[in-house]
Amino acid sequence: MLLTISTTRSPATDLGYLLHKHPNKVQTFPLTFGQAHVFYPEATSARCTAALLLSVDPVGLVRGKAGSEGLVDQYVNDRPYTASSFLSVAIAQVFGTALAGHCKARPELVEQHLPLEATIAVVPSQDGTDLIRRLFEPLGYTVNATSYPLDEQFPEWGESPYYTVRLNATLPLHQLLNHLYVLIPVLDNDKHYYVGDDEVAKLLRHGEGWLEFHPERQLITTRYLKHHRGLATLAISRLVPENANDDPASPTSENQAPSLHEQRLLKVVEELKKHESRRVLDLGCGEGRLLRLLLKDPAFKEVIGFDISTAALTRAQERLHLDHLPSHLEGKVTLLHGSLTYRDRRLEGFDAAALVEVIEHLDLSRLPSFERAVFEFAHPKVVVVTTPNAEYNRLYPSLTEGAMRHRDHRFEWTRQQFTDWAHKVGSRFGYAVRIEGLGPEDEAVGSPSQMGVFTQYVS
Amino acid sequence: MLAKIPELSLILLIGASGSGKSSFAQKHFLPTEILSSDACRAMVSDDETNQAATGDAFDVLHYIAGKRLARGRLTVIDATNVQSESRRSLIALARQHHVLVTAIVLNLPEQICINRNSGRTDRQFSRHVIQRQIRQLKSSLSKLRREGMHQVIVLSSEDEIEAFQWERQPLWNNKSEDHGPFDIIGDVHGCFDELHALVEKLGYHILQDPKGAYQVRHPESRKLVFLGDLVDRGPKIADVLRFVMDAVDSGTALCVPGNHESKLLRKLKGLPVTVSHGLQETLDQLDRENDAFRERTKKFLDGLVSHYVLDSGRLIVAHAGLPETMHGRGSAKVREFALYGETTGETDEFGLPIRYNWASDYRGNAMVVYGHTPVPQPEWLNRTINIDTGCVFGGRLTALRYPENQLVDEAARRVYTDPIRPLNHPAPGLSAQQVQDDVLDIADIAGKRRVQTHLMGTVTVPEENGAAALEVLSRFAADPKWLIYLPPTMSPAETSQEFDTLEHPMEAFLYFQRQNISDVICEQKHMGSRAVIIVCRDDSVAKHRFGVQENSLGIIYTRTGRHFFENPEMELALLNRVRMASETAGLFDHLQTDWLLLDTEIMPWSLKAQDLIQRQYAAVGRAAHIGLAAAVDALTHTARRGLDTADLTSLMTSQQARAEQFIRAYRRYVWPVRSLDDVKIAPFHLLASEGKVHMDQDHEWHLEKLQSLTAADSALITPTPTIRVLLDDSQSIEAGVVWWEQITAAGFEGMVVKPLPFVARNDDGKLVQPAIKVRGREYLRIIYGPDYNAKENLDRLRHRGLAAKRAAALREFALGLEGLQRFVAGEPLRRVHECVHAVLALESQPVDPRL
Repeated sequence: MLLTISTTRSPATDLGYLLHKHPNKVQTFPLTFGQAHVFYPEATSARCTAALLLSVDPVGLVRGKAGSEGLVDQYVNDRPYTASSFLSVAIAQVFGTALAGHCKARPELVEQHLPLEATIAVVPSQDGTDLIRRLFEPLGYTVNATSYPLDEQFPEWGESPYYTVRLNATLPLHQLLNHLYVLIPVLDNDKHYYVGDDEVAKLLRHGEGWLEFHPERQLITTRYLKHHRGLATLAISRLVPENANDDPASPTSENQAPSLHEQRLLKVVEELKKHESRRVLDLGCGEGRLLRLLLKDPAFKEVIGFDISTAALTRAQERLHLDHLPSHLEGKVTLLHGSLTYRDRRLEGFDAAALVEVIEHLDLSRLPSFERAVFEFAHPKVVVVTTPNAEYNRLYPSLTEGAMRHRDHRFEWTRQQFTDWAHKVGSRFGYAVRIEGLGPEDEAVGSPSQMGVFTQYVS
Repeated sequence: MLAKIPELSLILLIGASGSGKSSFAQKHFLPTEILSSDACRAMVSDDETNQAATGDAFDVLHYIAGKRLARGRLTVIDATNVQSESRRSLIALARQHHVLVTAIVLNLPEQICINRNSGRTDRQFSRHVIQRQIRQLKSSLSKLRREGMHQVIVLSSEDEIEAFQWERQPLWNNKSEDHGPFDIIGDVHGCFDELHALVEKLGYHILQDPKGAYQVRHPESRKLVFLGDLVDRGPKIADVLRFVMDAVDSGTALCVPGNHESKLLRKLKGLPVTVSHGLQETLDQLDRENDAFRERTKKFLDGLVSHYVLDSGRLIVAHAGLPETMHGRGSAKVREFALYGETTGETDEFGLPIRYNWASDYRGNAMVVYGHTPVPQPEWLNRTINIDTGCVFGGRLTALRYPENQLVDEAARRVYTDPIRPLNHPAPGLSAQQVQDDVLDIADIAGKRRVQTHLMGTVTVPEENGAAALEVLSRFAADPKWLIYLPPTMSPAETSQEFDTLEHPMEAFLYFQRQNISDVICEQKHMGSRAVIIVCRDDSVAKHRFGVQENSLGIIYTRTGRHFFENPEMELALLNRVRMASETAGLFDHLQTDWLLLDTEIMPWSLKAQDLIQRQYAAVGRAAHIGLAAAVDALTHTARRGLDTADLTSLMTSQQARAEQFIRAYRRYVWPVRSLDDVKIAPFHLLASEGKVHMDQDHEWHLEKLQSLTAADSALITPTPTIRVLLDDSQSIEAGVVWWEQITAAGFEGMVVKPLPFVARNDDGKLVQPAIKVRGREYLRIIYGPDYNAKENLDRLRHRGLAAKRAAALREFALGLEGLQRFVAGEPLRRVHECVHAVLALESQPVDPRL
């Protein structure tokens, strides 16, 4: 990993004083993850270039030291070659004095605007050059980014996510270093160390004087704090107090209508209450958003939250505080790990089952087993199923033609497809079926989501 | 006195305080057989005299007693038991577990109890407590039988108590010691001609002496077992009775009663019964016999035992079948079930009761053979089989040969009685087992599992790994009906400590030498993605053999049970090619099968791993290429200024060279797939076909059979080059090493060293690793990173532990083959799925992914 910094302000070799590193030496500094080398490929009074070269220990990265765990889990990784938080750490350790804006030998140079050029040999950016520009141009840099094919032998693979980036600007050196210190991990969008509360202080210190005016401050903050929402909110509130409530999560198609899911859940609860269901199954309960509504509503006496993901169940357990419920709610909700394609006797004998945005996560070929497991074996009196309406997708601008709303969706049905399926299931297992749309209805394509209510025929 | 007490009993000691129950219990029973109310009081309250703890103490006592009875252990209750309500709940518990209750009453005079009580130092009851207990005991004595005790033993003096002795009485139904072999025959209903023919067909010699008595005998000492319903409806009921009674009397046959025998017996005993048409037939035929025969028949029927447990508990015979909880138990309810089965209380359109299908819930290990309800075809369901094929209704008389599990039958000469309900025909194509297996039950794989395997005994699967496997199976895997096998993981050779790489053939050879294996085969390791291919001869096989609803030629799935191809047309086209190659090679005919299971590698790697290759391998190669070039360039400029950068430059240039090698390494396994012509399949095991898992064949057999596939379609099916190495021959070993050097230098991944037999054991009888991989130097670069073989890195990388990987490899090998064995033996899908789930569960355990 190579970073070079050049200046053409004569005498250019003053760069050596500013960086506190002699231009005629090749020096090596130990770091926890390898070594940093500083040397000068050119050093004339017209132009001087300092190079910071990191050699990262690839085995140490995975294995850690003396029994501690490693920082990455794959030996094949780009960390030794690309600019990342390792580079920020190296800047802080090797050019610490310059970063802090000190220079004993040439104090007058510290705040001077110098013609500077920084070249970062390999910058990872999954978002292309656009983000590189959005980050550096507002700070006054001229940005020059070179792209590369992923593998020239396979041109069909397209471009690699790496760029050689040259930044030119006239500004004090410590500002350049601070910009690099903060923005390189932001581009990389990863951190090699645990992000804790002191990271907020670090960000504020290195972002002082520029971050609060940066148009991308929200993205910078979020990414710098590695998507730690709590920390990001904290940092943003300190930066710009009036914006404390901004939601820094990147919007996805579903999140664009944040109330849709809530609407869906309320509708399902209403449906369950209409049928006077007391003992209810939430099949595919996930992290428990529907469970929360069922838990606090006294109309429901016994609730089973059922999911295939043990991780989701653990989160539901925590989010609903199931271990610390007031005594009148204790034992009302039980979480069960299980699969909807197997018969499960624990699910028999309930009033109702809710399947909110669940069936589309099953392979179509597994649907017959699911149908028998729920409608024939569990056989609740009422089953409420919701699933996306594929026709509505065209109203989501971020979805390309034919794409689905979630990576894990195995299918999304049109209104006709869902209706056909529901009636087939209803007649096979003895349920009356009612279908309705969920969410705002568009004249041409209907509602974003659709609901089927299955009611057992009384024999 | 010498009492005979059934070996499986609940024994209630009854006696006042001071009557000596505890001493009596300790003298006659094992300490673990005795449940004492005092001990339970102490358990819950630290004080065995604490009367306030009595309720909790009895809860504990009942709980333990219930567990013991469920497991079939004799249990003795050491409590006063003088009140009828305290006995009632214990008797109910025994009934629930179909266990007989014996009461042993210590009926001592009041004064003895009082004296003993006052002599105790630990606690004393007041005189009137003991007096009350004795009053209650006396008034109980006459009621005990009616309360449901099977046996009441009253000991009324210290002498009688002292003289008491007992022995364990095996239950009548326990014939565990009888190992057959057996020929089990379904409902005969007076069809003597068919019975005679069938028994001869089974190889028995039948003689009739001048008095008409039968002598039946099998040259291999086989035994007949009759499942009841010998009588009623048919033409020659008396002949059947004579034949069976003679065979039973001479010890050549066993017989359990059917409901028709039960009714006939009541009639013969003069009890009121409704005489239906079928019974009238019997009575008419018996009228033609003499009194002695009728008397003999009555005695014979009266002596029949509801069911038998045979062959060390592996075989159960009962007329109407029997759920596991009733095996080897004796109670009225067990007898009831064995004779009539259980009904749901509903009736069908013919007015006949709908039977509770106990067999579909059956999960026992013992095989249950039964009759009672005529079926068109005997069918296995969960290790049970109904062999009543309705001979008297014009069907057939069927016998099951045990332990061969072969069916032999004899067609009815004619229809003797019209059936009330036509013999059901199940849905065409699917067997009863497949219909039941359509949806698996979570209870069959949930929780901590102990899977029994032929190769390794019990393999334990921790619950959390099982949960992870369930998630993978449910979210990503193909239909479980197809997933009859998952391949095991494979361990690399021990880490080489002396060569310039991590893995070297010498280590693999040494491993097998230490395991006393002298003959190994080295197979070139293909670098693609592991795939299991099930190919069917035609599209009806999927349905009738695998129970898959839709027409299909088979499946290609990954090592985690996912469809290998997202595109079903590609899968079908490939399956069709493999099917045609198998046909051309004559494999279907040769192996007498209509399906094959192949363990293969499908290439190129990029077919499945395109995304990974681009995201990880190509990206790292590119980043290294740019980054190192820039570093070398900067150093070159610095050197030109006269500064000493030699060490740093050489570090960077050697990294640069290794990065280029890394790029070449991954590129070797990548090529674009535009059509089927770009895909290669390298099969290396022909694992299974109908009725057989080919684990008894050595690897040369496998490769020879698979070679015929290559010959049939060499464009698609790639051969696996091999070299045999004899581990007691140093030249042969040397040749093996050279061969590895050559193939890895030519860019192949490496080689797999296998003992020549498919399943190999060392001299201690322990299973040996079925395969050890030895990967090439360049291939390891894409595992351990471009710079893995730099001196400073290699030495650190040599520290790697193989123990977990090797343990997993053996367990998964045993489980994988177990699943296949179960499948080819026609076992229920849940038994196969249990193994597949277990392999996946073990794969979810944390093991160094680079091994």
